[in-house]
Amino acid sequence: MRLSELSQGSDAIVQEVENVSEGDPIARRLRDYGFVRGEPVRLVGRGPIGADPLLVQIGYTRFALRRAEAARVLVEGAA
Amino acid sequence: MNESVASLRLALVGSPNCGKTALFNLLTGGRQKVANYAGVTVERKEGRFTAPSGRGFQLLDLPGAYSLEAASPDEMITRDVCLGNFPGETVPDVIVCVADATNLRLHLRFVLEVRRLGRPMVLALNMMDAARKRGIEIDVPKLEAALGIPVIETIAVRRNGAAELVRRLDGGLPQVAAVDSGADLHAEVRAMINDAIRMPRRTAEIDDAIDRIVLHPLLGLGLLGVIMFLIFQAVFSWAAPLMEGIDAGVGFLGEQVGAGLASMPVLQSLVVDGIFAGVGGVLVFLPQILILFLFILALEESGYLPRAAFLLDRLMLKAGLTGRSFIPLLSSFACAIPGIMATRSIQDPRDRLTTILIAPLMTCSARLPVYALLIAAFIPDRTVLGIFNLQGVVLFSLYVAGIVSALAVAWVIKLVRRDKSEHALLMELPSYRVPHPRDIAIGLWERATIFLKRVGGIILSLTIILWFLSTFPGAPEGATDPAINYSLAGTLGRWMHTVFAPIGFNWQICIALVPGIAAREVAVSSLATVYALSGNEDGLQAIVATQWSLATALSLLAWYVFAPMCLSTLATVRRETNSWRQVWIMTGYLFALAYVASLLTYQIARAMST
Repeated sequence: MRLSELSQGSDAIVQEVENVSEGDPIARRLRDYGFVRGEPVRLVGRGPIGADPLLVQIGYTRFALRRAEAARVLVEGAA
Repeated sequence: MNESVASLRLALVGSPNCGKTALFNLLTGGRQKVANYAGVTVERKEGRFTAPSGRGFQLLDLPGAYSLEAASPDEMITRDVCLGNFPGETVPDVIVCVADATNLRLHLRFVLEVRRLGRPMVLALNMMDAARKRGIEIDVPKLEAALGIPVIETIAVRRNGAAELVRRLDGGLPQVAAVDSGADLHAEVRAMINDAIRMPRRTAEIDDAIDRIVLHPLLGLGLLGVIMFLIFQAVFSWAAPLMEGIDAGVGFLGEQVGAGLASMPVLQSLVVDGIFAGVGGVLVFLPQILILFLFILALEESGYLPRAAFLLDRLMLKAGLTGRSFIPLLSSFACAIPGIMATRSIQDPRDRLTTILIAPLMTCSARLPVYALLIAAFIPDRTVLGIFNLQGVVLFSLYVAGIVSALAVAWVIKLVRRDKSEHALLMELPSYRVPHPRDIAIGLWERATIFLKRVGGIILSLTIILWFLSTFPGAPEGATDPAINYSLAGTLGRWMHTVFAPIGFNWQICIALVPGIAAREVAVSSLATVYALSGNEDGLQAIVATQWSLATALSLLAWYVFAPMCLSTLATVRRETNSWRQVWIMTGYLFALAYVASLLTYQIARAMST
């Protein structure tokens, strides 16, 4: 499952961040932000227009990610 | 300045929102120097302070960075300066790495990256007050042992909040940080956090509560609207009396000085109409700039700005912009200068440039006098569709025309740009904070000095050049027309007339456009001068209404929707982009749009009226 497909308020665990291009800078930045294997994430909210961008909590920090950015993050639902 | 031999060079590094700038302000107070790094438009802030022992410190505030694997020009500078690879910058003696104690999972990774550089460093564990309030317990000795560098608690928003940091730095150089083997940084961070930190919950309750309202699809947008409305009210109602006061004050001073020069009319005119008018023209923008920035800084410091960007990102993205473009563009309705200066909060350089390029299309307040004159003269004051005032409808459509064309231009820029790679949002929404007055005051002071020093000089010199053009050569003996008609500006105006005749401008308008280059609103008083009136706008309105055709008036209105002739804005663009090329691109496209729009307006209006 992708982070962009999570329903609002649900938790998941990051598996990996996909590169959509060679040396994808957005994917690299996501890893810098702490989107790495094993980290718990939560989809906290969505933007008012077209449910974009997404409000994602990881660690102690909240990030606004556009759908295309969040789609790079593969997650599995928390047990 | 007298520098002691033992003066230490410090560099402050840290991730965005770690309170690094607040710490910088606390340490250096007002003693800072703001400039740009050589050859780039990244802001370079340096300050100095003295430890109680008398030892001097030079402190460089490096741009915030999430990573040293530089993704942006800012981060490249941070990395290169730390390593001593940046031309013209000396390698710092000690790196002071700042981390937010409430956000260590994100910030510790960066600390570890900096540690890999193998330079002497200390870690300032900032916002310890907020961490304690949230019940976060940090075992500092354990963290110190794990990191192998000194860890010092700081509270940047409290007086003496960095005393311990200064004491430790004064105690001598910390040992060189260990260069580690290249183990996974994330795993290392996780281990340190499990070992040394206890955190009752992941986020602050207060942040969650505020975000539930601020980011709510309906309430959030409503709140944003209210905040924007209040800012605009404040800008126009607070700034207006100050601007009038400055205008009157500078004018009065000019007259007083001018009276002393009555025996030398040319010098008198230079002083009164050139220098004092120029100084007044610069200073009159200051109240709007300061009031707007007071709000923008407060919104930024409090953490609201990224939330506003979150709410509006999708909308702005459709036009090829980003949510962060919204505030600068909105500010441009007051004046494009603070708007363009506010684009510094946009990280992606492409998004920032697009925002700068379209900012002048937002109808700034300086265009209102021109609109008011022409609308009052030509548009009948009657009601349409039962409730709307026709004059109001025309004014509103002029604003809408500006916005629509701004979006269109942004869209075109997106089309022609060669770099098609995805623009990132990837934005941290930091914890809410009460803005500290010291940080706001220093921020305002910085903006004011940048404006007065960098932009003011250009505006002043251009005003004097324009004075020269409108004064020389003087009117011949026995001349009947106003003196400006015989001047270089008059000649220029008549030349321009051949170019502007197809869009319906008469030569009087063309002459008025020349001094109007300094600032748009000056065009109205120049028109009065050309028609030999003593600045009486009612008289001007009558002349315009009787001597101009409706097509000419509409054409001039269309011209002013785009009107590129605001040198102050162009000077700001030059300063903010560090490039004359962007200035020419902006002037060129605004001029072309203005000409085409006026041509269409004039020709259509004329065809319809015959």
